[in-house]
Amino acid sequence: MTGRLSPRLTTLVALIVLALFLLPWVAGRYPVYLTMQILVLAVFSLGFNLLFGYTGLLSFGQAGFFAVGAYACAKILLAVPNLILGIAGGVACAGVAALLLGILSVRHTRIYFSMLTLAFGMMIYSIAWKWRDFTGGDDGLVGIPRAPLEIPGIVSVSVAAMDRYYYVVLVLSLLAILVMYRLIRSPLGLTLQAIRDSDSRAEFAGVPVRKYRLVAFTIAGLYAGLAGALLPPLENTVTPPIAHWSTSAEPVLATLLGGVHAFAGPIVGAFLFFVIKDIIVRFTEYWLIWFGVIVVALVIGFPGGVMSIFAGRSRPVAPRPDDNQPAGGSGPSETT
Amino acid sequence: MENIAFQGLIGLSLAMYLWLISAGLTIIFGVLGIVNFAHGSLFMVGAYLAYTFYGQMGLPFALAILLSLLGTGLLGFVMERGFLSRIYGLDEAYQLLLTFGFILILDDAVKIIWGGVFKIPPIPDFLDGAWPVFGRSFPVYNAFVIAVGLVVAVVLWALFEKTWWGRIVRATAADREMASAIGINVPRVFSGVFVVGSMLAALGGAIGTPVRVAAPGIGAAMIIQAFIITVIGGLGNLKGAFVSSLIVGILSAYGTLFFPVFELFFIFVIMAVVLLIRPQGLFTR
Repeated sequence: MTGRLSPRLTTLVALIVLALFLLPWVAGRYPVYLTMQILVLAVFSLGFNLLFGYTGLLSFGQAGFFAVGAYACAKILLAVPNLILGIAGGVACAGVAALLLGILSVRHTRIYFSMLTLAFGMMIYSIAWKWRDFTGGDDGLVGIPRAPLEIPGIVSVSVAAMDRYYYVVLVLSLLAILVMYRLIRSPLGLTLQAIRDSDSRAEFAGVPVRKYRLVAFTIAGLYAGLAGALLPPLENTVTPPIAHWSTSAEPVLATLLGGVHAFAGPIVGAFLFFVIKDIIVRFTEYWLIWFGVIVVALVIGFPGGVMSIFAGRSRPVAPRPDDNQPAGGSGPSETT
Repeated sequence: MENIAFQGLIGLSLAMYLWLISAGLTIIFGVLGIVNFAHGSLFMVGAYLAYTFYGQMGLPFALAILLSLLGTGLLGFVMERGFLSRIYGLDEAYQLLLTFGFILILDDAVKIIWGGVFKIPPIPDFLDGAWPVFGRSFPVYNAFVIAVGLVVAVVLWALFEKTWWGRIVRATAADREMASAIGINVPRVFSGVFVVGSMLAALGGAIGTPVRVAAPGIGAAMIIQAFIITVIGGLGNLKGAFVSSLIVGILSAYGTLFFPVFELFFIFVIMAVVLLIRPQGLFTR
């Protein structure tokens, strides 16, 4: 699959992967922990960008599915200490949640879609916060074990040590990245990009647009769920803030930082996000304000930069039938 | 039975905050075609400014509210002229992202200026107390909030339908190029509408301070509810925003009465039902 990359890029990717595998031998606990955080955010952001960069749908509610993955994984691990079951269960629950809420969300596009996803994400937050019996309310769930990878009766591998768990996160993240890379280039990925560029043309070509959007939404939910499910065994606790919209902001920021239209954008962005955050929190606890400044600067300063390709392609050629353009709302792009 | 009627009145006052914030959101969208994600943050700024002017500096209540409207209006002016106006030609995803950047900035700025804890000034004397209604005591302040909301509704209707200014704004909303061609200063209309919308949000925040407190998270909570209302009423539809504010406000008051734990969840259920049966909004033609 790397045959499509240039030789130089292949070498670079191979070197990075090698470095990642060697990391626990050369680095201390903190860099290893930070790398896990980066990998989790990279997976989370890749799913987000499948929706945003490749399908043209800007979701502000991905934290909801992240939280479903995390809470489901935590609940399973508290009942049955088996990491395979926990992570698979977390991903599956997030996928189901994304499918159900996706059916409602993809009835709209553009601004409406963004608003809806934000509202649904916060709905999940309100459940995590209020349903005390199941989610532990604002105390969250505590004492989640870093359970062994186990196939009952056959094999059981302990990953209780941080360094061992690192390899679980690393391997799953790399697999997720690889799958997404293939997906983008598959007929499914190309169809999504066609929908982003012009949904009416895709519709004329016989593409069931809404169904494809739902597929993209569900895959994004699965990725958010995987990212979320990797977290509880690492932190040993899950609390409601992971479902809050400020968590949804993280993949948005990472993707903006790294670049919307490059496949590696969200991954590079996840790295930049944690590096920048790590630097800012040394000086002030108010790190979000600086990310706000960065977002404003990126949008104002480089509208023709990182995202220009996206903007150029996503502008509708003609008014679309399923736009739900409200009364009096002429599109903001008309002045150009 | 009286309990139910009383709870409806409480819901009516709740609906008025929702109406004030979604009215601003709606007119800004209707004219500029922009969904201001940071609109809830303007509500929050209005609340904190009212706390400073009234609770800390001890200015008269009405003057404090006026000043917080002007302050928030100025902030809105800077947001529109300084930033948003530069990217009107771009895809709307940029506009969402820009206003999203404003949320991050304003939420933290408020914590830096006023601290992370909530602020609550006393209710002004002349609005304190309660009236007996349906055998229970209904706070005068809630009646005041209902009155303000209704006055704003009438004023907005008169402004848009009966005045020269309203005709200019409606013309700009209908076709900005044509409006520009017949000599309307479109950028000025945009700024004016954005400032008025910001002030409506601030009004909701400011009159809410004595009873609903000013806290760092209220902006996010309000914008979500405002989004739900605009989804139900149809985005850009002022009448729809008013009616669905009433629906959501009153129903969530009953939600608190009957399922206190799932009050917010209950509103999402309403939204999901509306989406399923009328995805274009209840009041969009």
